[in-house]
Amino acid sequence: MNSLNKIVEKFEDAKRNSVVDLKRKKENGKKIVGTFCAFTPKEIIIAADAIPVSLCGMKNEPISAAEQHLPRNLCPLIKSSYGHAITDTCPYFYFSDLLVGETTCDGKKKMYEYLNNIKEIHVMQLPQTLDRESSLSYWQEEMKLLAEKLEERFNVEITQEKLIDAIRLCNKERLVMQKLFGLGMNQPPLISGYNMLKVIQGIGYQELSDDYLTYLEELIDVLAVNNQKVDNAKRILITGCPLGADTEKVVRIVEQSGGAVVAYENCTGLKAKMELVKESSDPYHALAKKYLNIGCPCISPNKKRFKMIEELIYEYNIDGVIDVILQSCHPYSVETYGLKEFTLKECQTPYISVETDYSSSDLGQLMTRIGAFIEML
Amino acid sequence: MNSIGIDAGSTAVKLAIYDGKEFDLRIRPTGWSPKETVSKMLEDIENEKYIVTTGYGRMSIANYDKRVTEITCHGKGANYLREQTRTIIDIGGQDSKIIRVNNKGQVIDFLMNDKCAAGTGKFLEMTCHLLEKDIRDLDEFVNSTNPANINAMCAVFAESEIISLLASGERLEDIAAGVIDSIVKRTLSLIGRVGFDEDIFFSGGLSRSKVIRKCFENTLKKKIHTHKHSQFTGAIGAALIGYEVMLKED
Ligand code: SF4
Ligand code: SF4
Repeated sequence: MNSLNKIVEKFEDAKRNSVVDLKRKKENGKKIVGTFCAFTPKEIIIAADAIPVSLCGMKNEPISAAEQHLPRNLCPLIKSSYGHAITDTCPYFYFSDLLVGETTCDGKKKMYEYLNNIKEIHVMQLPQTLDRESSLSYWQEEMKLLAEKLEERFNVEITQEKLIDAIRLCNKERLVMQKLFGLGMNQPPLISGYNMLKVIQGIGYQELSDDYLTYLEELIDVLAVNNQKVDNAKRILITGCPLGADTEKVVRIVEQSGGAVVAYENCTGLKAKMELVKESSDPYHALAKKYLNIGCPCISPNKKRFKMIEELIYEYNIDGVIDVILQSCHPYSVETYGLKEFTLKECQTPYISVETDYSSSDLGQLMTRIGAFIEML
Repeated sequence: MNSIGIDAGSTAVKLAIYDGKEFDLRIRPTGWSPKETVSKMLEDIENEKYIVTTGYGRMSIANYDKRVTEITCHGKGANYLREQTRTIIDIGGQDSKIIRVNNKGQVIDFLMNDKCAAGTGKFLEMTCHLLEKDIRDLDEFVNSTNPANINAMCAVFAESEIISLLASGERLEDIAAGVIDSIVKRTLSLIGRVGFDEDIFFSGGLSRSKVIRKCFENTLKKKIHTHKHSQFTGAIGAALIGYEVMLKED
């Protein structure tokens, strides 16, 4: 096995070990908070001495159980997250002392109502636009409410220092992630998109600390040296719904069809990692600002996403954009039409949207669509 | 040396053998194993060959030099059969697609429906089966000015709709015309989403039917072109792509 695979495996091991690690920390009195979305200000959770973990369902398995309560034509991410909860098959959900959600898409916020019957969820009321001045103050108020909730629930005090320190730590993590994503900027890319996804998934479940981030940075440096250059492949930007586990198939097919995924714009990737939180004396204001300006289609209008895609197309020298839509996700699927017009006309870059779910029944269809798109580039 | 394009579709395997000048075209029902059908069809070709496979069954054919998707092959093939082509409508057994190409037959955009049977050849096959007619006789028995209204959006529901139309005494040809109408409308809704350029080429198995072509023309108010070998569009495209690779490698 070459050394690159060994490093990637290290990240995969990290994910496996994180369960044991969390269990130990929990036994020592640490609190754990389950989250579902890039809008969650994890700085506040960290400042409350708790560990945030993502509970976004990425696997097909629990979906049939979820369909006993939820409609079939609902986004698989929502069903999978809920399914894990009711079948008790996700250790991270099991460890969570409290859940935090936001009023993003309709499916998610209605699902949270049922989730609350299983474990308490604090739902933050997310403003749906940046076009009103009141959005910012409203969102800032929500940040404070979350802080109060955590203080009361965990019997801690979220001091200004703790919050500022958490902001600094999370910013550092964003910079490390930017460095990781930057491996794709090289021509040819220094890591395959598939391995990149493995690495991202390995990182996501660790408790953040300065030591851990330094260790990560070193690993990324090693990755950069032990690169597996993917020559002559068409450079693909992935955007759309979050990806992972059972949707890795999309990335695999791209890279089997003569493409290389060099950048992820979605929530799995750069979406919330580009902009830092301002390290100022008014942390709640800084947090509200950062966590409102996320290019998600639940926000309307969603200019930020388009702008970011445009920037990534130039920075990463993209040959084609693939917009991955999870079945029944309205915010993203409605946005495909506008985004296609935008990438074709404003960025002169070919675009395709592909719809998929967590099953493997559409592999043939994906291969034809993605294959033909890459042949076209 | 010959370049061979193999289009392994869901209903038939099409073969195009190209020596740089002429095409030798062959077709056989796919049967239960595309792999075996293909090796039978290749039996008598002895000299050296370069094989490009395409179509639904392209992954199951072990003996190949290159695999190319049917979208790219259709673009190339349509350009060969009719150079002016800019938009291709292809209705196959399992899917339907709209492909836009440039003057070299390179794909610029495409859309594909393969999630639902309504709008594909399968739906028509199903209907013919219900009506106890042979799909090859479509042009003879469908001569209707009064197509029945088929409302169902899904082939499974459409089937029960057809059964109740039959029960209420609707004429067979009106029902068949109604089904064709709904397939055409579905396909055109795809066109609406990619847009189309003048000079439309109709390929795939169903393109041999005059009734269907007429229905497209009437709805789109545009001339729809086809070719007597339009069923071989994908195979011809595959053979041409293979031939280009052969020339380059020499
Ligand atoms: S896509 Fe939007 S709603 Fe979904 S996880 Fe990302 S930020 Fe949250
Ligand atoms: S993928 Fe779409 S439908 Fe699913 S949770 Fe995210 S925004 Fe909602």
